[in-house]
Amino acid sequence: MSAPHKPLPGWADVALIPLVNVTAAFFISGLVVTAIGENPFEAVRLLLVGALGDLEGVGFTLYYATSFIFTGLAVAICFHAGLFNIGVEGQAYIAGLGAALACLYLGFLPGYTLAFVAILVAALFGAAFAAIPGYLQAKRDSHIVITTIMFNYIASALMGYLLVDVLRARGQMNPETPTFPPGGVVPHFHDVFALVGVNWPVTPFNLSFLIALAAAFSVWVVIWRTRLGYEIRTVGANPTAAVYGGVSPARITILTTLLSGALAGGMAVNVILGEEHRLILEYTAGFGFVGIAVALMGRAHPVGIVLAAILFGMLYQGGAELAFDKPKISRDMIVVIQGLVVLFAGALEHMFRAPVATLLARRAAGPPI
Amino acid sequence: METFDAFIVVFGSGIRLGVPLILACLAGLWSERSGVVDIGLEGKMLVGAFAAAAIAALSGSAWAGLAGGVAATIFVSLVHGYASIDQRANQIVSGTAINMVADGLTALVGNAIWSQGGRTPQIPATALFNTIDLPFAESFGVVPILGPIYRRLISGHDLVTYFAFALVPLTYWALYSTRFGLRLRAVGENPAAVDTAGISVRRLRYSAVVICGVLVGLSGVYLSIAQAAYFQPHMSAGKGFIALAALVFAKWRPWPALATCLLFGFLDALSIRLQGAILPMIGPVPVQAIEALPYILTVVLLAGFIGKAIPPKASGVPYVKEV
Amino acid sequence: MATEAGKSAPAIELIGVDKSFGPVHANRQVNLRVERGVIHGIVGENGAGKSTLMSILYGFYEADAGEIRVNGEPVRIRSPREAISHGIGMVHQHFMLVPPLSVLENVMLGAEGGPLLAPGTAAIRLQLAHLAKEYALEVDPDAIVGELSVGLQQRVEILKALVRGAEILVLDEPTAVLTPAEADQLFALLRALKSQNKTIVFITHKLREIISLTDRVSVMRRGEMVATFDTAKTSPPELADAMVGRKVILKIDKGPAHPGAVALEARHLKVRDDRGVLRVDDVSFTLREGEIVGIAGVAGNGQSELLEALAGIRPLASGEILIDGAPPPPSRRNPKGVRALSVGHVPEDRQRVGLVMPFEACESAMLGFQDDPVYGRGVLFDRRAIIADEAAKMEAFDIRPRAPLLKTGSFSGGNQQKIVLAREIERNPKIMLVGQPTRGVDIGAIEFIHKRIVALRDAGKAVLLVSVELDEIFALADRILALCAGRITGERRPEETNPQDLGLLMAGVAERAA
Repeated sequence: MSAPHKPLPGWADVALIPLVNVTAAFFISGLVVTAIGENPFEAVRLLLVGALGDLEGVGFTLYYATSFIFTGLAVAICFHAGLFNIGVEGQAYIAGLGAALACLYLGFLPGYTLAFVAILVAALFGAAFAAIPGYLQAKRDSHIVITTIMFNYIASALMGYLLVDVLRARGQMNPETPTFPPGGVVPHFHDVFALVGVNWPVTPFNLSFLIALAAAFSVWVVIWRTRLGYEIRTVGANPTAAVYGGVSPARITILTTLLSGALAGGMAVNVILGEEHRLILEYTAGFGFVGIAVALMGRAHPVGIVLAAILFGMLYQGGAELAFDKPKISRDMIVVIQGLVVLFAGALEHMFRAPVATLLARRAAGPPI
Repeated sequence: METFDAFIVVFGSGIRLGVPLILACLAGLWSERSGVVDIGLEGKMLVGAFAAAAIAALSGSAWAGLAGGVAATIFVSLVHGYASIDQRANQIVSGTAINMVADGLTALVGNAIWSQGGRTPQIPATALFNTIDLPFAESFGVVPILGPIYRRLISGHDLVTYFAFALVPLTYWALYSTRFGLRLRAVGENPAAVDTAGISVRRLRYSAVVICGVLVGLSGVYLSIAQAAYFQPHMSAGKGFIALAALVFAKWRPWPALATCLLFGFLDALSIRLQGAILPMIGPVPVQAIEALPYILTVVLLAGFIGKAIPPKASGVPYVKEV
Repeated sequence: MATEAGKSAPAIELIGVDKSFGPVHANRQVNLRVERGVIHGIVGENGAGKSTLMSILYGFYEADAGEIRVNGEPVRIRSPREAISHGIGMVHQHFMLVPPLSVLENVMLGAEGGPLLAPGTAAIRLQLAHLAKEYALEVDPDAIVGELSVGLQQRVEILKALVRGAEILVLDEPTAVLTPAEADQLFALLRALKSQNKTIVFITHKLREIISLTDRVSVMRRGEMVATFDTAKTSPPELADAMVGRKVILKIDKGPAHPGAVALEARHLKVRDDRGVLRVDDVSFTLREGEIVGIAGVAGNGQSELLEALAGIRPLASGEILIDGAPPPPSRRNPKGVRALSVGHVPEDRQRVGLVMPFEACESAMLGFQDDPVYGRGVLFDRRAIIADEAAKMEAFDIRPRAPLLKTGSFSGGNQQKIVLAREIERNPKIMLVGQPTRGVDIGAIEFIHKRIVALRDAGKAVLLVSVELDEIFALADRILALCAGRITGERRPEETNPQDLGLLMAGVAERAA
């Protein structure tokens, strides 16, 4: 019989092993920092100060975290159905197109209804773009990993063309759309706080954060408290049992990718509607891939995802400040950490089970007399 | 005559753009044929490119650069191999991790050493793989039609390019005429059959992973010290994924892989050439449309519209001995 | 009927071989002696330990204790490579072939004869031609294995062994996938091999084959080697007796059945498996309310596919299923629709099909019924209702521990099975399909489960019981249908038959007059 992974007590499974995995990722990162001649502890200090040291840092941290919550949720919901959606980057990008089109062509809508509509259209565009690979996997057995990778590039090419040749603002040198009308934005926190007399520094941090938290909560509800979520988890855990239980894996695959793409659209809401107020080239900046790290680190659970997203937000914001102070530790360090998290929390997630099990057993047995 | 000239230019360009694809595609072929899925080709290409450029810049020797590039990539390949074969990890996740780490690390280290934003300094020609003129290129070149083809398409490439082309028949031969190739093809389809024949599945797959490392390392070497003369971050620009697309499109076979990579290289060269050009009836051709063509073609193939792309049966499935 | 006097050492001798997999004691002190140049059969029911024993011989596993001797020499066989070097070749039940490769390439795998294929290829071509002439083993060396018929594929497996110089050939249930004509061809081949002084070990559960093919036969039962006979001096009843054993049949208090209306009718069902092989070959029967019909058969004779077809999981190749007198409409020919027609299904493989191991017990308990409003009226689940529902079931079925939130995988086999049963039985379906209800279940739970199944029947339900355990069939069934190779070979009442008689029917020996 194939050897199952070593059994561990429940708490070790849920908390200890993930912690060990993430620690390993950070440890290796520390080694890298040392190798390029910098002090890792100093780097951590600068990073923390940059991320949380002042309100401005906090604002940026949470702004980035908002995007990561959305992309992390998008990847995670697919994980629950047993699918690996690497295409969140492209789906978020196309969602941005939806938001932009809504804002540019539905400007007649009064006030903030434009923003609401734009959010829906963004979600719709993201969902549709994700559903194509989803459909191909469900009905034609096309491997969703390869198709979503391809679709990332197709999105990039398509958007490049649209932004340069079609949607570019007249007279504008940069490939970007005209600025959205005032009703087509999601307000910044610093503006909202100003309304109630609280002084908050200007940061990109905007109300999308609240939408992200609501989305995280909703995902939790859907996955663990609804029939759809039950069916998604069944297909992901045991497709044979799912068929036995009257669930159609094909239908669930398509539905899940739709939801995933819609969640990816949340990033468009945060960045395009919340901060940029116009569609710019390559605005996703790799955040779709961060979503993979966030989902793995957060073990596909919304609570874990929010925490992991905030951690990565800290890394990105703190990392920017760190790169400023220590030019040798450029922002690429964050991508390295991200990759190591994916490696240890994702690929090598069981590597430490045996040593940990031995350690726990030895402790339980007590010290030798 | 002008169109012929243009054709030569584009085709020559297409060859140069296709070489890293050929190498990376063959690398992926060896790995996937043994049952180890490798979407980390992109990251490994970067690692090879950076290591080669860094070592060539520091040592002044192209061959040292090549050795360094290949060694670094073999190391990364072994990490992926260990995760996939011994740890039975999800191979897609492992490949994704490698892409991320490689993308960041190559830029980071480059910046730490040279403080130029991750770029290496220009590497002197003495430490590069320079173009080679085959015998009689000049004198034969005056012959109409065949001459320019010989002088500019066949002659005038660097060693790595010639090796890449030689690698295709070599791969074909190794895969279909050697014992190792037979066993490798078998282990990617039915590892249990290989196991019961008394052959080590683990050893075969590790060998494949190392070969993959060598070849994709060479693709990186080509990028930084043959085609260009430096390394800059994200230099591979998706070529690793195009190579993956080509592999699927070629249905994991060596000669179709060559054809597909040349086709994709040609499309790449064409897109550069056609920038701003106006085709009859279509109008200005969006360069992005041609850029996206390899990816669209792969999706069409995967959707089953132009035949079925059936990967090696055991691809991506860790082998667990079960009787 | 040994061909030579016992002067030469036996080809294979297993002495005191013992092997356990955790709590499962697969081989208990097994002794086996296979003479050279003989066809030696090994029979036994499912789980008797035959395959494990042969796996040890072929080097897949190492025995925990015991000795192996080949041609009189003690040997250690730690891998298939070592087994091959001792001249032992194995033809597995599930072929170890590489479908996209040619016959030649498959035969060469592991016996290439050098780093380059060309010289080895020529040599093997010659060998194949020689073998073809010698044993009428015709196979086109350049044919692609995946395109060959199953019978020809098996020939390739045999060729593989012969090319490696196997003097001892072990075949594990070789006719399981063959048509009768192909089986005859195989037997002719085996006899030809024997005439060349090869030793053949033939594992099967089909007594007919043992009688017609083998010289000697050993019987395994529950991990032990219980008897060895000269085939000519024994008979199917004696063999069946040894296979099944004179065990006390689990008795439970069961009143007489009072069958009512026909609840389910199967008419000329034909079902194919995933590979397109016909597994249910023209099966017809009726199932009435208030009776338990037991389908007795050795695993792999079509009962799995039959159950799947009845439950709507697998489509019918031909034939009709009538539930309450009418065939289900096309929209209902799936698991969900069949459930809606008041048919419950306890699947044969609870871990792979019936439960979701990572789910909490209360979640596994919803499988198939997740849309039921009792679990939540609106969009959301009512967790309290779900947990309470399972808690009640756990109480009713004595599932331990009483922890609806515990992961399904953490329960013991018996309790997992009870979770499935509770789920299906509490729905009060009119028809209940039950597959291997007590596989991997401890004695205490077995009695409980049997009582519940009888209770179903007494409540007027129609129960179809599929089991490889004859005790269970005898204990529970009111009518017994024997299934062999996808066909019903006989119908009996339990009081009119006995395990030996039934064993013969299950083993495909011609139906005898009752």
